[in-house]
Amino acid sequence: MTNKQRLTREDPGQTLLSVVSDRERERIAIRRAQSRQRILIATVSTVVVLGTLSIVIVASPGWKVVKETFFDLSYGHQVLHLVLRGLLTNLQLTVIASCAIAICAMGLALARTSQSAAMTPFRILATVYVDVFRGIPLLLVIFLIGFGVPALRIAGVTSNVTVLGTVAVIVTYSAYVAEVLRSGILSVHPSQRAAARSLGLSQAQTLRHVVLPQALKRVVPPLLNDLVALLKDTGLVSILGVTDAIRAAQIEGSRTFNYTPYVVAAILFLLITIPLTRYTDHVLARSISRQNAQGSV
Amino acid sequence: MNVLEISNVQKSFGHEQVLIDVSLSVPDHTATVLIGASGSGKSTLLRCINLLETIDDGSIHLDGQEITDPRINVDAIRRQLGMVFQSFNLFPHMTVLQNITLAPERVQGVSPEQARADALELLGRFGLGEKADQYPDRLSGGQQQRVAIIRSLAVRPRLLMLDEVTSALDPVLVNEVLSLVRDLKSDGMTMVLATHEMGFATQVADQVCFLESGRIIERGTPEQVLQHPQNERTKEFLARVHEAGRL
Repeated sequence: MTNKQRLTREDPGQTLLSVVSDRERERIAIRRAQSRQRILIATVSTVVVLGTLSIVIVASPGWKVVKETFFDLSYGHQVLHLVLRGLLTNLQLTVIASCAIAICAMGLALARTSQSAAMTPFRILATVYVDVFRGIPLLLVIFLIGFGVPALRIAGVTSNVTVLGTVAVIVTYSAYVAEVLRSGILSVHPSQRAAARSLGLSQAQTLRHVVLPQALKRVVPPLLNDLVALLKDTGLVSILGVTDAIRAAQIEGSRTFNYTPYVVAAILFLLITIPLTRYTDHVLARSISRQNAQGSV
Repeated sequence: MNVLEISNVQKSFGHEQVLIDVSLSVPDHTATVLIGASGSGKSTLLRCINLLETIDDGSIHLDGQEITDPRINVDAIRRQLGMVFQSFNLFPHMTVLQNITLAPERVQGVSPEQARADALELLGRFGLGEKADQYPDRLSGGQQQRVAIIRSLAVRPRLLMLDEVTSALDPVLVNEVLSLVRDLKSDGMTMVLATHEMGFATQVADQVCFLESGRIIERGTPEQVLQHPQNERTKEFLARVHEAGRL
């Protein structure tokens, strides 16, 4: 029995109550009592655990200093606009990078999963690319591209560190996302391809209309995971000298020896990532329940 | 002229020979039923006709054209062949209507309005009119399989292949699918079916072939093969089917 059905039984409308038997009414009452008991236990255990934790922290010998250097409200308020401006850079980089990553990763995933003979060199290149860039730490790629490319002094190629840093992020994340997309494509059962091909759809039409729509739906959660990681990793570009939220917090923090700007940056990141996660979960759940008779599985 | 002409087809997977010297003619407007135990080669034969498998020797002709020629346009051939699978294989992300109109729109260039009208007409004819906007997961197995058959009819195939289309259904649902196939037969659709439903085979088949270990052991009218089998192995198989209560 699904959760949804149980809920409606526990909280039936007037009409439903009037037609059920006495035994069922008893059962409803028992279930209500059980549910009240569960809520009570959950509340007590939460209060005890969180209470103990906060007492331990507040009673610790260094709490007073930590409170001043990490949670200075008025100072936090003062630096908010600086960190926010930095965060705007993170957001811009994330938006631009994610568009580029989507295109590159899809190209890589399609190349790796293609079966046609003409695609063989691309298949090999894509495999090598993913192997290489998934294995190198992002920080190293940022260094190599950020300092290496300007050193080449090729005419017409930018030495703007923001652009080069973003390129480095795109290069690495395309490899990660390509693998997520590929796993999604491979997860669609071969019988779906067989059905589409036997209707006369070409290889490309089968991919476009049958395989990809199902594959993409399945990889939404891991893709969102990568998007959140991307938003945070755009901060690594700051090592090239770009002022993002983390860098802005660092500049402020090292000026006053107060770490509150870091906490401000952390909270700002959470304010973006948590609603993003919830919204995507909601969209996904809605699409699943529309397709499946049994609701969320 | 025969719609389908299969001559001396051989097929093996690794060292295992799954089709041995199979020859078969399917005249226009007739139904050919393939019977035999699981693994006897029925599904493989259908998959070879549909070019989902490449044969190792022999030839298959569709309306006089050799479709086993490696230079053939596979997609163009498949457009003339309808195939329905045991496991339905409807597209779960599309509604019933979208499932049916996909191929006519994308492959045959029918206008969306026309494709929709045709699909609704077919759905209505087979009693599924009000299911048009549902997703496949909301339908019963029998309804899903009927939609799958309608989907392959929508491209107006020259030949319809049904691969054990009732094997995944409970006995009550089997009937609604079989009655649809009977309707198609009376409409004159040329069909090749693999099935375990012997009673049904007797009703629709013009020709019955019994396969065992990749060979056609016995063939003839339903009466010849199913009532008066000559070959010992056919008799054995039918006796076993009879025990299972399928005859």
